[in-house]
Amino acid sequence: MTAPGAALDLRYSDTEEELRSAVRSLLAARCTPAGVLARAEGGRPHDPALWDTLAAGIGTAGLIVPEELGGQGAGPREAAVVLEELGRAVAPAPYLAHAVLSAVILLGCDPAAAAPHLAELAAGRRVYVPALPLTQAPGAPLPPPVRDTGGGALAGRATSIADAVAADVLLVLADTGLYAVEASEVRLAPRTPLDLTRPLADAVFDGAAATRLADPETARAAVQKALLCGAGLLASEQVGLAEWCLDRTVAYLRTRHQFNRPVGSFQAVKHRLARLWLDTAAARAAARAAADALAADAPDAPLTVAVAQAYCSGVAVRAAEECVQLHGGIGMTWEHPAHLYLKRAKADSLALGTAGHHHTTVAALADLPAP
Amino acid sequence: MTTADALRARVRDLLAAHPPATTGRTAFLQARFDAGLAWVHYPEGLGGLGAPRSLQAAVDAELAAAGAPDNDPRRIGIGLGMAAPTILAHGTGEQKQRFLRPLWTGEEVWCQLFSEPGAGSDLAALGTRAVLDEAAGEWVVDGQKVWTSSAHAARWGILLARTDPGLPKHRGISFFVCDMHAPGVEVRPLRQITGEAEFNEVFLTGVRIPDAHRIGAAGRGWEVARTTLMNERVSIGGMRIPREGGMIGRLAAAWRERPALRTHAHHQRLLGLWVEAEVARLAAERLRQQLAAGQPGPEGSGMKLTFARLNQEISGLEVEFLGEDGLYYGDWEMTRPDTVDFTGRDAGYRYLRAKGNSIEGGTSEILLNIVAERVLGLPAEPRDDKDVPWKDLAR
Repeated sequence: MTAPGAALDLRYSDTEEELRSAVRSLLAARCTPAGVLARAEGGRPHDPALWDTLAAGIGTAGLIVPEELGGQGAGPREAAVVLEELGRAVAPAPYLAHAVLSAVILLGCDPAAAAPHLAELAAGRRVYVPALPLTQAPGAPLPPPVRDTGGGALAGRATSIADAVAADVLLVLADTGLYAVEASEVRLAPRTPLDLTRPLADAVFDGAAATRLADPETARAAVQKALLCGAGLLASEQVGLAEWCLDRTVAYLRTRHQFNRPVGSFQAVKHRLARLWLDTAAARAAARAAADALAADAPDAPLTVAVAQAYCSGVAVRAAEECVQLHGGIGMTWEHPAHLYLKRAKADSLALGTAGHHHTTVAALADLPAP
Repeated sequence: MTTADALRARVRDLLAAHPPATTGRTAFLQARFDAGLAWVHYPEGLGGLGAPRSLQAAVDAELAAAGAPDNDPRRIGIGLGMAAPTILAHGTGEQKQRFLRPLWTGEEVWCQLFSEPGAGSDLAALGTRAVLDEAAGEWVVDGQKVWTSSAHAARWGILLARTDPGLPKHRGISFFVCDMHAPGVEVRPLRQITGEAEFNEVFLTGVRIPDAHRIGAAGRGWEVARTTLMNERVSIGGMRIPREGGMIGRLAAAWRERPALRTHAHHQRLLGLWVEAEVARLAAERLRQQLAAGQPGPEGSGMKLTFARLNQEISGLEVEFLGEDGLYYGDWEMTRPDTVDFTGRDAGYRYLRAKGNSIEGGTSEILLNIVAERVLGLPAEPRDDKDVPWKDLAR
């Protein structure tokens, strides 16, 4: 039998709400949909000045890094709130890669070796990105490691790295452990992504100078822990995406008239939106549960994360698809931001494990074996 | 202000004066009502002390621990959940004195005479007529009600009847208390697709109701009924559900016990539904935490929709998964159950009974309208029935 659902705190604290409103105000002022689209068209979706305010100014970069290591000493619950807001704004910021995945990897490495990196990361002075495919799921086999060619140099390649173009430092899994590699040591090959707001690149390591932060076993454990946390908190980004799509569609259909009536007064449309609202509210509960279980390091955190990812991916995709459909023709245009959300939601449904992968995890953890 | 300590002292006094071991059940419940410990948030003299509602749980727990009988709230749910709050809000002093005590003790069971064959989702279109016999000071009622639980056990029914067909439908309705033992009241079991009869049809033929049993002003019955219906929704939710609580637990148990029946297609559906049931449980828990913190969210209006759909899909999969066993049904004998037992019976029963979950207490279609309009603020569909005299509406 599975453990009974532990006592989770599924609400938002006052501090979390304050953090939300700080991030939301910043994004409302400096990360408008039109601005995101313009930067994406220019091939440079990231806005370094915005990142600096978000990461260093508001201090969100080090939320899950303990204070004694230079961070804010908050945790996954607070980082989840930041991700919700970034999702709402479909903001091109390397937050998941830097403040969640890299932070958790570094926290699992050799403390002395990782400490200076954690300080840089938490202060938001340099951007850290793990050299892993965005599709890497927790619990799934890791890609073949790059080779340690001796003398602190690495050779090999890594594919589909999200936000690599924004990185100052890559965290690289090699056959002899985990390494920090300066981005200047790596040849990056940017690819054309489905999701314009989260750029992807392959990385080629050809004798790249590297600093070892953990032995292979420690490295794998640190990476798996980071992937679990990343998958759990990605659910919050998906909730934010879904919420924007729902809000924006409802607002549009209240005012858009056809047949001498607001389109939002037609029952066929209302029922679709009401169902989407229900599912978004449920997704919020699932995402909060995952963030809280991760924050508490609860024994059933892997199950709670798998449940959240298995559920929230689909809700975000459906919200974005409904947003396009219910906007009608305007929703199909390049000018309207709906497509940015659709592309992010669809890419997110592959990120850190598909719903199918997470269902398989549920089968194992909840004792529901396959035939 | 009544404190928790003061309440505990009252409980001790009650137990001392009426030891449960030597006091009859009804006598004890009457004494508890008179001590103001029935529902502490009700006014003094009406079974309460005007205390915060939140203090009730401690009183209940303390009395249960002392072995005191309770009023079997599941048996008298309509009275406690719907009739009582309506009488309290809109009844006269005399009506409150007459009805509330035996309602709470369970000496008098209540039922609700609202829905009609021609007025389901559109309840305000109801056509049961009540005509005033001024000389006798009585209303004469003719019509038919349906889906009435407990009518066969009830002494009283809360009744909506049309008193002015010339007014638009919401304005010509009055709210009565109907004596279920009065001449002209005929209760017939209403057999459902499960084979049993949880509910009744009630035929009213020349039933005479004294004007003193009208609740609220004549013609204002719809406003009174809104109190009743609001309380129906409040009584849903509030319980903490464990993981695999409800129907998913039965399906998961069957899956674990019957490896030979497992197929890949069923496995995919099982996992999808397990995740959805777990997420629905978390959503209900989040709602509970918000309510406990005094921040009720609008999510409550949606939980019934989700649980109705999940119950139907889960029980449907369970019947399919069971293979040959899924072809059989426990018993088609027409019984009259007091309560719905979703987990104690076979999968076929669950599958059939769950069909009612998206119809009873507001159909899923109507609830989706309510969510769309009240939560999302979407405009109502244009209506042409609101200002037309009831007698001129299409039927």
